[in-house]
Amino acid sequence: MKPAPFEYHRAYTPQEVVELLRELGEDAKILAGGQSLVPMMNFRLAHPAALIDINPVSGLDYIRREGDELRVGALTRHRSVEISRGAEVRDGFAVLPRAARWIGHYPIRSRGTVGGSIAHSDPTAEWCLLARLHDAEIVVLGEHGTRTVPSEEWFTGFLTTAALPGEMVIETRFRRPRRCAALLEYARRRGDFAIAAAGVAFDVVDDRCQDVTIVLGGVAGRPLRVPEAEAHVQGAEPAESTWAEAARIAAASVEPGAEADGDHDYRRHLVGTLTRRAFREAYETGTDAGPVRGVA
Amino acid sequence: MTDTPGPGAAQVGRRVPRKEDHRLLAGDARFGADVQFPRIVHARMVRSPIAHGTVLRVDAAAARELPGVVDVVTAEDLPGDPHIPVRLEVAGTDLGERLQPVLAARTVRYVGEPLAVVVAEDPYVAEDAAELVEIEIDELEVLLDAGRAQGDDIVADFGLGYGDVDSAFEGAAHVIGMDVAVQRHSAVPMEPRALTVGYTHATGCLEIFGSTKVPAFNRQVLAGLLGVDEATIRMHAVDAGGGFGVRGEFYPEDFLIPWLARRLRRPVSWVEDRAEHLVAVNHSREQRHRIEVAVDDEGTILGLRDDVRHDNGAYVRTHGVIVPELTLAMLPGPYRVPAYAGRVRVALTNKTPCGTYRAPGRFEGTMAREQLLDLVAAELGMDRVELRRRNLLAREELPLTRAMHTLGTDVVLDSGDYVGLLDRALSRVDELGWRDLLARGRAEGRVLGQGVSMFLEKSGLGPHDTADVEITSTGRIRVHSGGTSLGQGIETVLAQVVADQFTVSVDLVDVVNGDTMLQPYGTGSWASRSTVVAGSAVLGAGRAVAERVRELGAQLLEAPPEDVEIADGEVRIRGAATNSRSLAEVWRAAQPGSPWLGAGEPAGLSARHRFSVDHMTYPYGAHVCLVEVDPGSGGVTVLRYLVAYEVGRAVNPALVEGQLRGGVAQGVGGALFEEFRYDESGQPQSTTFMDYLMPTASEIPPVDVVLCEDAPAATNPLGARGAGEGGLTGAGAALASAVSDAIGLPAMTGLPLDPETLVAAMARPATVRDRLRTDGIS
Repeated sequence: MKPAPFEYHRAYTPQEVVELLRELGEDAKILAGGQSLVPMMNFRLAHPAALIDINPVSGLDYIRREGDELRVGALTRHRSVEISRGAEVRDGFAVLPRAARWIGHYPIRSRGTVGGSIAHSDPTAEWCLLARLHDAEIVVLGEHGTRTVPSEEWFTGFLTTAALPGEMVIETRFRRPRRCAALLEYARRRGDFAIAAAGVAFDVVDDRCQDVTIVLGGVAGRPLRVPEAEAHVQGAEPAESTWAEAARIAAASVEPGAEADGDHDYRRHLVGTLTRRAFREAYETGTDAGPVRGVA
Repeated sequence: MTDTPGPGAAQVGRRVPRKEDHRLLAGDARFGADVQFPRIVHARMVRSPIAHGTVLRVDAAAARELPGVVDVVTAEDLPGDPHIPVRLEVAGTDLGERLQPVLAARTVRYVGEPLAVVVAEDPYVAEDAAELVEIEIDELEVLLDAGRAQGDDIVADFGLGYGDVDSAFEGAAHVIGMDVAVQRHSAVPMEPRALTVGYTHATGCLEIFGSTKVPAFNRQVLAGLLGVDEATIRMHAVDAGGGFGVRGEFYPEDFLIPWLARRLRRPVSWVEDRAEHLVAVNHSREQRHRIEVAVDDEGTILGLRDDVRHDNGAYVRTHGVIVPELTLAMLPGPYRVPAYAGRVRVALTNKTPCGTYRAPGRFEGTMAREQLLDLVAAELGMDRVELRRRNLLAREELPLTRAMHTLGTDVVLDSGDYVGLLDRALSRVDELGWRDLLARGRAEGRVLGQGVSMFLEKSGLGPHDTADVEITSTGRIRVHSGGTSLGQGIETVLAQVVADQFTVSVDLVDVVNGDTMLQPYGTGSWASRSTVVAGSAVLGAGRAVAERVRELGAQLLEAPPEDVEIADGEVRIRGAATNSRSLAEVWRAAQPGSPWLGAGEPAGLSARHRFSVDHMTYPYGAHVCLVEVDPGSGGVTVLRYLVAYEVGRAVNPALVEGQLRGGVAQGVGGALFEEFRYDESGQPQSTTFMDYLMPTASEIPPVDVVLCEDAPAATNPLGARGAGEGGLTGAGAALASAVSDAIGLPAMTGLPLDPETLVAAMARPATVRDRLRTDGIS
């Protein structure tokens, strides 16, 4: 469990990272928090010829609001989001700190980065699900400057993204604030990768659900939205029966493959449970007049 | 809570803080890999990536070319095709054909089987070079289901039992049977295996660090395989990050690393990584039972039958077929079973070979028997506890000899109060308010259940163990025992035993375990035996030294020996504390040249004592637990847990409780989480801690312990029964019982109790769930 030999480079600015990526080619990998890459290297599942350590890069660790958008720098640690309490997050993106608590264990959250997770594109990863839930855009920097990729185009499959060779993620822009939102997961032990996950977000206007998004994880190679279930909730009364029917539709609309931690039927069952419970939590926390719950 | 008594107070029976803890907590412990030498080289195993196949080629040419590589060895380099012998023989079985070779030559039989070993100047280069060894294997069909094994793949087929079972079943009002399966899982100590071996060519001596279970036995095996005298091999005492049965058995690496040190004339270090560990160390537990019982209308057991399929993996290792033998021998447990017939077929499959894991054979058998009792209770409409109480052996029925043999001894249940222990467990549960917790939870619509299991354990296996006790120059007391320090606290326990011979604190006692030069006759730490057997040996040696101290001290004090006593670490005239000699002074009087040492007397103050015992002693206990099942996810949360355990006499109650709590943690793992899975081609699917789910602190419930000392063992002078395994033995059964109670099934047909299985079980209509089919839910 020791990595194969690799070159180690350190970058201090995003431009240096891009230059190094160009110079070193496709066998180079960016090292941010290292919480996925380093274990993969130790298992020799990844054999990068070179690592570009971006931890010294300054100016990529931030959480800030621009109008409706919440912008999170690529080097922001999970833990920073988890403990954020400011209005920029609370107002419409309160699910982010709550959901960050699902990420691994404390040491992982202290080290791992939002940008690293978005770039890694694990279909159960919290940031990938939250990106889809809040219609995020991913900002990448390449040789020819920055470009912005909508999250629905960014996640192309299991551990694959729309990033082009030589590009690095520099920011994630969460764009659709909503008052009611929740992300729920189930794993057999606390801190494990989820077997399945469900995120929901909506607003309640005149006692009707509006602007509804449902995102599922662990049922496909990338985070999955379920428009049929969203349509059911759209305009409906916020009620247990609405959640139950949406959960039923969501479960029926996915075709999860059988894996070691659960067969097709079990995963569907779990999607139903999590969707229903996510709606319940989203509604309860979102309509609570007090401070956002669940933030330690 | 701990207390440190002053000198003079008895140490045995107290919660003395562990002597081991200071060095462990301060980072001063010495583990196998901590020992390094100048010029040391590092070994890396090359393991088969294929579950079954003919080896066509193992080409090390490219690996040898890599700078820093010192040596690459394959089967053809080894002398005389070495195989690893069986440590624990079962009479009447011949396993010689199916022993594991050190390196596979012609055939590989499981993924992870060693094919070659690379030695390099540093461990990184060794791992790089291991990837360059080219392996060509012609794949053969794999056997993964022990139930399909036939012919040569059934390596043993034997029975144990007594009484007229057929008549018992013929005349019975009810015959109730079911299938119960336990999944493959095993011990996963936090420290993987490690060996450091030094070799001095001038003397031909090997110094081995890292073998921590049965060092004297391993030395004997190694000497035999190397063709050298045992006196040229020294196994050193080291710390170990847990053993639980798997660590310290003789594995292929235990031959290879010393052999390489001799071949290369250099010290060699090998540290197993976690991914290797999960495919290389002994797996355990995988059994399928077809179990049935004959009962009358009142639920009284008339006869018991069990037909077991035991999956032993690819080879027979050091444990031979002792695990399935133990399953059969212990299956009737603490119950009155007038007639019993158990049969087991031990199959070899293309998976990692198996051995013992804490409570070997009993965790599985207890699960099968206790589920069957739950089913009987459901079928007869009886309360689960009442059924058990009716069938438990009564105090006056003991001792009881069951006409069966295991581990080379007869099964003689020595003494005990099984019903009394069950009552104590349940009344404690009531005191703790579990009844309310259950009722309140259920009233809120939560899915809660309570489970109970009873079990019989075995401990204190002989036939003997040897210990030395010695007074040293500053008047300290030194113990050289054959036990090994696996984290269980045996140093503290042995120190307590000997401290009482001199009425001193354990701080004055030094215990060195598992060094074969200091103690060549030790039989190791396993099978809940060290406190009982090594402790009794230490007691004997301590008494002999104390006698010599008294004798010599009397001379120094110019008094008759009957007038002197040993107290507070001094020899003194009874009732005259001012007239005394310290242990150091007595030691000086015993040195060569001392006027007090007679011409024919041996110098020094030391004694070696061998304690021999014919029969084991049988502890017993009950597990009770409260669980919640989430119908939405199938997840099980263990809310409360209680173990009641009869230990005979607790040398250190805090350590006994620690043993029991640790056992429960592993039991939660085995019942709910841990499983070595394989795909259809025999590829292991549980090779990291992401896939092999060890329970963490978040999954372990609070554990209450009722420690009983109601039935001291008659077979050893301490009165102790072993405590290493009883925290685990009944855990699978109790958790299964609680889950079945929660979700409304009469019993569970298998472990693990995973969410997928439970969701499927709960989805069945109640009419189906009311009657458990023998094809079960798993």
